[in-house]
Amino acid sequence: MTPLRRLLVASVACAAMTATAAQAQRGADGQLNIIYWQAPSTMNPFLSGGTKEVEASSMVIEPLASYDNDGNIVPRLAVELPTVENGGVSADLTSITWKLKPGVKWSDGSDFTAEDAVFTWKYCTAPDGGCAQSSYFEGVANMEAVDPLTLKITFAEPKPFPYTALVGAESPIIQKKQFENCMGAKAPECTQQNFNPIGTGPFVVKEFRANDVITLEANPNYREADKPRFQTVLFKGGGDAASAARSVLETGEFDYAWNLQIEPEVLERMEGAGKGKLVSAFATSVERILINFTNPDPALGPDARSVYKDDGSNAHPILNDIRVRKALSLAIDRPLLNDLGYGKTGRPVCNVLPGPDIYASTANDACLVQDIEAAKALLDEAGWAPGSDGVRVKDGRRLSLLYQTSTNSVRQSFQSLIKQWWAEIGVETELRNISASVFFGGDPASPDTFQKFYADVEMYTNNFSGVDPEAYMADWRCDAIPGPATQWQGSNINRYCNPDYDALSKKMASTAALADRAELAKAMNDMLMQDYVLLPLIHRSGTSAHSVTLAGVKMNDWDSELWNIADWHRAK
Amino acid sequence: MTDASLAAQGMTAHRSLWGDVWRQFRAHRGAMVGSAVFLFIVLGVTVGPYIHTVDPQYLNMRARNAGISWDHPFGTDNVGRDMLAQVMAGGRVSLAVGFAAMGVSIVIGALVGVLAGYIRRLDGPLMRLTDLFLALPILPLLLVILLLFRDTLRTLFGPEAGIFLLIVFVIGITSWMQTARIVRGEVLALKEREFVLAAKSIGTRGHRIITRHLLPNVLSPIMVSATIGIANAIITESALSFLGLGFPPDFPTWGRLLFDGKDFMTLTPERVIWPGLAISLTVLSVNFIGDGLRDALDPRIRGR
Amino acid sequence: MARYALRRLLIAIPTLLAISFIIFALLDLAPSDPTANLPLTIPPEVREKIRLSLGLGEPFVVRYFKWLEQFMINEPLNVLEQWTGWTIGDSENRLRVLSWATRSPVTDLIVERLPQTLWVVGMSYVIAVLIAVPIGVISAYRQYSLFDQIGTFISMLGFSIPTFFTGLLLIVIFSVWLGWLPSIYDTTHVVRDWDSFVFQVKQMLMPTMVLALANASQISRFMRASMLDNLNQDYVRTARAKGLRERVVVLVHVLRNSLIPVVTVIALGVPTIFGGAIITEQIFRVNGIGQLLIIGIEGADIPLVQTLTFIFAILIVVFNLIADLIYGMLDPRIRYD
Repeated sequence: MTPLRRLLVASVACAAMTATAAQAQRGADGQLNIIYWQAPSTMNPFLSGGTKEVEASSMVIEPLASYDNDGNIVPRLAVELPTVENGGVSADLTSITWKLKPGVKWSDGSDFTAEDAVFTWKYCTAPDGGCAQSSYFEGVANMEAVDPLTLKITFAEPKPFPYTALVGAESPIIQKKQFENCMGAKAPECTQQNFNPIGTGPFVVKEFRANDVITLEANPNYREADKPRFQTVLFKGGGDAASAARSVLETGEFDYAWNLQIEPEVLERMEGAGKGKLVSAFATSVERILINFTNPDPALGPDARSVYKDDGSNAHPILNDIRVRKALSLAIDRPLLNDLGYGKTGRPVCNVLPGPDIYASTANDACLVQDIEAAKALLDEAGWAPGSDGVRVKDGRRLSLLYQTSTNSVRQSFQSLIKQWWAEIGVETELRNISASVFFGGDPASPDTFQKFYADVEMYTNNFSGVDPEAYMADWRCDAIPGPATQWQGSNINRYCNPDYDALSKKMASTAALADRAELAKAMNDMLMQDYVLLPLIHRSGTSAHSVTLAGVKMNDWDSELWNIADWHRAK
Repeated sequence: MTDASLAAQGMTAHRSLWGDVWRQFRAHRGAMVGSAVFLFIVLGVTVGPYIHTVDPQYLNMRARNAGISWDHPFGTDNVGRDMLAQVMAGGRVSLAVGFAAMGVSIVIGALVGVLAGYIRRLDGPLMRLTDLFLALPILPLLLVILLLFRDTLRTLFGPEAGIFLLIVFVIGITSWMQTARIVRGEVLALKEREFVLAAKSIGTRGHRIITRHLLPNVLSPIMVSATIGIANAIITESALSFLGLGFPPDFPTWGRLLFDGKDFMTLTPERVIWPGLAISLTVLSVNFIGDGLRDALDPRIRGR
Repeated sequence: MARYALRRLLIAIPTLLAISFIIFALLDLAPSDPTANLPLTIPPEVREKIRLSLGLGEPFVVRYFKWLEQFMINEPLNVLEQWTGWTIGDSENRLRVLSWATRSPVTDLIVERLPQTLWVVGMSYVIAVLIAVPIGVISAYRQYSLFDQIGTFISMLGFSIPTFFTGLLLIVIFSVWLGWLPSIYDTTHVVRDWDSFVFQVKQMLMPTMVLALANASQISRFMRASMLDNLNQDYVRTARAKGLRERVVVLVHVLRNSLIPVVTVIALGVPTIFGGAIITEQIFRVNGIGQLLIIGIEGADIPLVQTLTFIFAILIVVFNLIADLIYGMLDPRIRYD
């Protein structure tokens, strides 16, 4: 099936779904209790880009189109998905025209128009606003309301994948009337608006208590008369993942719990109580080990430590040798790691780009098999000879690595296990774990951020939002290497630099045909994998639990998990 | 203990002060039991690893979440590490951290408390300093201290000893305030008492008054602070490890074991029972030893 | 005494200013970052813009004085306006202390969270003191009796087992196995009638008990130790010799003198009530001040943490003063001048 056909089929399926549920009544199923163990701090996803805020607000405000549980784009506030074929996207790929659904009303009863969409763009791109989602509007030269139900977006240059602005839960449309006086620097002062946005979605905020609890009720003006099926929603936050799972699976106090990264045997036991079910969905999250291509030696000083130099003078003394990198990968038993830390909620993976399916390469699957002997042979070949204490030595240097990650019990188990495997092949490992608020913080003064990479290898999960991997694969371009000159901003954390890779990335940015883009993305993925730039470990799913009395949940990791909350209902 | 036995002791001729203290301590049943249990724990964590020689860090993937068996007398955790070996290894760290941090906190606390209570000029500044420390948020403080000193200490003492010193210092420096306030309060009351006034009037010097008259009389709140301090230090350390500010992840401690095991409470209860028991028994035995010591050091009880 | 109190209050002002500066510097030095919690899909340039919009581009001293102005002048004015209905100056454009994570005024957040914290943590403290003082007195009076031994044992358990464990154990027993009590505290619950009151008691029961056990353990140990010290003093013998009844000797003379160290412990504990109980609030999802603070710290929400810890500092200074005044009342020999 071509992607276009998939999109069309999906939109038809969506229309069919609305038809079948017609006999039910709005609000007939009473209260829905949802628990997110991280509590949302605002209902305005433009002010805080955290997943919890985006998902909570997705019950209230909606984008033009969003991703369904298979990763297809489905229209929400738009009538259909604009494509080159139906004339919605201009032939030169520089503009896209959305037709909006007629008769859609905001929860205050006023009409939803293209003006609101234009306003949203202006709101998020206003200077000094600090809009967290401004990357979705990148490349947008202009937006105009051709008429109340037609929105035309013009791009500064041809955009092969035009579905970023106002698509997906991260860039929903807010009401112009409500936010008009909250532009730019004024944005944070509009507490009332930020906590109680007026939306077109199935629910309306009744009371918002930051970082604690949100109470919502059915939107009386929702465009489908029989939805949502629940009259009220209690959206509680706080605690930890295990206790959130317990409140759904064991005590039955809540109907839905989000993001349950817990040891698989604990989850399985809780599920055994029979009060709820686990649901998971895979998108693009991959837990990986990154290799540092530059020298992180503390003796080097701030201008050279982990800083990339064009002449190769600052290359990593051990890891610059591909044989060492390959040996490190060979020593890892990925399926066992998965059993230990993820179980059903993850799968062992050999690609950094695991999906959508058309982009997933099969060239690297050999990594699933651990091969200690081959790893040892590679290290022997590279000149690392076992020393008296079992640790390999070459030219007086010990094969010793510093392995850092954020603090998280599964990650610490992984660290211990990998340390043991690496010890078997004669690699000594020092482990370090760093509080997530420091590790993922971008403070240029801190030595412990993942960008600074003051370690030999580090482990974390990354992904990309939506279904288009172009920007994600551009992460490993030479010009994205972080360093002191850029305040350590930059997405090429590995400091990997390969002109061939850059060429592929450039080519992808100007290629429109989906099949060609897929080939390019796969080639880039394979290049990264076969150069052992990073060692992918686990393809992680989004995992949640819902009560057996709750029906209609379609787990989605491409978009907000609550994307179809209007269809949720009590199981009869 | 009976009056008769004490009277009998009183008959014996010429005894040293410490001999007296020891005799009194021995007569305190709780203290003796406490000492025995404590000695057992200390022996267990120091000598134990030579008897049960399993590597606490070895991950045996074939024996995950195992129950009690001959190979693993305390069972194993979810990555197949032997619990007994971990409890023993963790005990060394936890006991060392507990006592060292308690020591730091008691010394600072008692010093500040006595000085503030006894020397009026110092009272204001020292108590404001105490207020400052009470108000400091511990987590950001830790982050800053780690940021500033971790790399230096790591190069000076190695990763483990470096972080040990840091943790002892941080826990000690953030837990002395209660002791200081209590000691000061007691000293304020004591220094107006007749025996202190008498000592002053015969020209006893300040430091003699403090060491001979004041310190022995504030010993009991200090003892209580010390027992609570050990428990607090062990538990604070676990919170730090959890937040990624403590020891490296492959370095078990009792608090850490308890924390990691809590979600497995219904699956493998051994994981929480043993470290929990170890912490409680340590605190309990230290408390009884403290009780015995206090009684033994109190001349009024001793002479009774 | 009044002059002493006044002087202490005056000294408190520079002390508090110094504390506020040190806290601010500490938070600023700490390496955590407000954008750390955002998904990695948000690119670095956008993160930098977010940081700038939070005012992080300005120098440290400027940010400190801005906070000081907002907290010391704007917030009190705002409170005054709300109470009296007056409009003082340009109240529309007066900047309040805004939290970075929620972009809402910090004081509003605190006011929203005070009720549950005071109910749960405050109640547990009252219960702890009510249990601990009698237990400490009896334990000391009947030293080494069965009552004392059991009391000692339980209080040792109380402070050697962390609350993250006791809390979870109670949840497993009472919520999962027996299904009697809710494991999640409903902060939106309003007490209207008998049934809703019963529900409130039910949901408060576990968190209150967990905290009360931990607090009572400490206080009763101090109480017992202090009573023991005093029971052997000469004045007790004198009082008995004078023929005073045992009740009077113990409850009036000994208890009064023994309370001095205990008052310190209790007074130092009161500010921690307002500070909330970070772990217990997390476990039972009470979401009070403690949870607000920990979220603020994890999210590097400097204005929020700064304001909370500063209020905390004020309370500590005030309660330490109160403790000192109580010393004077309990023991007339202590003179402040």
